[in-house]
Amino acid sequence: MGNRKQLEIITESAIEWLIRICGISAILFVFGIFFFVFREGAEFLFGGLDLWQFLTSPEWYPTSVSQKRYGVLALMAGTASVTLLSMAIAVPFGLGAAIYVSEFCGPKAKETFKIVIELLAAIPSVVWGFIGLTLMNELIITLFDAPIGLTVLNGGIILALMSVPIIVSIGEDALKAVPDSYREAAEALGSTRWQMIYRVLLPAAKNGLLAAVLLGVARAVGETMAVLMATGHAVKIPGSVLDSVRTLTATIAAELGEAPVASDHYQVLFIIGILLFTITFAVNLIADLVVKGIKEQ
Amino acid sequence: MSNTTQAMYTETPFVRTKRRYQGLAKYIFMSMTLLMILPLILIVGYLFVKAAPVLSLDFIFTNPIRGMRDGGIWAALLGTIYLVVISLVTSAPIGVLAAVYLNEYAKDNWFTRIINLAVVNLAGVPSIVHALFGLGAFVLFAGMGRSIIAASLTLGIMTLPVIIASTKEALGAVPIAFREACWNVGATRWQTIRSIVLPNSISGILTGIILQVSRAAGETAPIMFTGAVFFKAIPEGDLLAYGIFDQCMALSMHLFTISTQVPNVPTALPYGTAVVLLGTVLLVNAVAIVLRVYLRSRKKW
Repeated sequence: MGNRKQLEIITESAIEWLIRICGISAILFVFGIFFFVFREGAEFLFGGLDLWQFLTSPEWYPTSVSQKRYGVLALMAGTASVTLLSMAIAVPFGLGAAIYVSEFCGPKAKETFKIVIELLAAIPSVVWGFIGLTLMNELIITLFDAPIGLTVLNGGIILALMSVPIIVSIGEDALKAVPDSYREAAEALGSTRWQMIYRVLLPAAKNGLLAAVLLGVARAVGETMAVLMATGHAVKIPGSVLDSVRTLTATIAAELGEAPVASDHYQVLFIIGILLFTITFAVNLIADLVVKGIKEQ
Repeated sequence: MSNTTQAMYTETPFVRTKRRYQGLAKYIFMSMTLLMILPLILIVGYLFVKAAPVLSLDFIFTNPIRGMRDGGIWAALLGTIYLVVISLVTSAPIGVLAAVYLNEYAKDNWFTRIINLAVVNLAGVPSIVHALFGLGAFVLFAGMGRSIIAASLTLGIMTLPVIIASTKEALGAVPIAFREACWNVGATRWQTIRSIVLPNSISGILTGIILQVSRAAGETAPIMFTGAVFFKAIPEGDLLAYGIFDQCMALSMHLFTISTQVPNVPTALPYGTAVVLLGTVLLVNAVAIVLRVYLRSRKKW
């Protein structure tokens, strides 16, 4: 009897330790990701790479024989242009849809919309890229009489469609988090539903809605396959939405396979990875702080 | 009587305007919602129509032939199954236990906040950065080489936040009174978790695992440089054709390859691959949704 009890105590504490280790695993993995990506690129980052030129030069010639140049400005401009365009489409539509689903439609329709949005969020990015490569490409060529349809516009629309589900579901959560007493008070004063949304709900939920937008941005910046396939492969700062561009993520995906391990080119791609990690980390951190701001209210 | 009612409520121009705005806002938001959803449904329909010529059981169960310009997708489908199963086996237990820690053990302090922040960040790390990590950590540092195991571990870490989030939600839905009742009869914390909390939340945990499957099946970037290859010949119909240190084909990678890297592929072929991939992912998700709705309807508390 006494023995069995002891055995149970030992297994139990072993399991609790295992649970604790798994509990902190997320922290370990985040540090692990940073460490290993950093480790592969560190040598060139501290010896050889001109960081100022890296961030401010639009000249990306990693395989040039005479003079290799590693400037990511054009790539950053590519990421920024596609992200901005996609947000210009996805934010109004996403928030509009969040407001409609949360405030206007009945419980049955709400359930249906939420399921459809969840399914849309599940569509793999390579399928989106394929849609951009085929359907959207042809549409843009016919509609705008453009020589090629793999452009900022194409990538922006694809990314917008991909980010909308995130913005809708997080935006809807933010609106749901506004206490019902606010709604009741507004209705008791005789306001219509639209007046209530505009004057009461939006101000009350603004932090949550901002977080929804930020997470949409993070998704758009980090997306790889869809932009790789839909934006063409021109490393330049875009002049219009009908120009082809190359984003930071697409560059890594397109060139990592050809860069010899431990070469300068290979290490620069890892440094771009550090840059991407830092950008998304910052955006996620800000979104988290913004959400924390709501909870403390 | 009717006179008094009229006296109590008359529609002023002000009320009329505000009603009109309300109606207008409603229709604008509704059309925005529909404008986002309808094109997507049309696109999915379009894919199915274009894929129709090649879709058949043969397409699924035969290998790609003639430089991937003909034949089916068997080798890619089997590779995806391997990647998903191995990534699930490694990351689902860690994810579930991590959620148990966060929901049952963690105190509400700065350390827990950091863990939660790490989970959110892990979900936000771009997939291509996961690929770089997998290449640096598993392929090179751990010496696994480009292999199914390296790709699966990369996918596992990438999909970990999915399972942590949904398991945490499932555990959080078990009423605290259940736990208190169990503690009051003298059970320890772990005994309570094992015999009360986990059995009561198993459906939610299962839903999370299913969602993780769908996520892992669709990812391309993380496996591109860690274990997936353009082409690999394996015997048809043999479920054990890959070893875990082999490289493999994968559906998502195959779609990328035949739509961008190989010239002169018949148009229906990439559409067919896209539809099988999309169909699998949507089906798996639909199962998760149905399971959730069903289990919610029979919830006892």
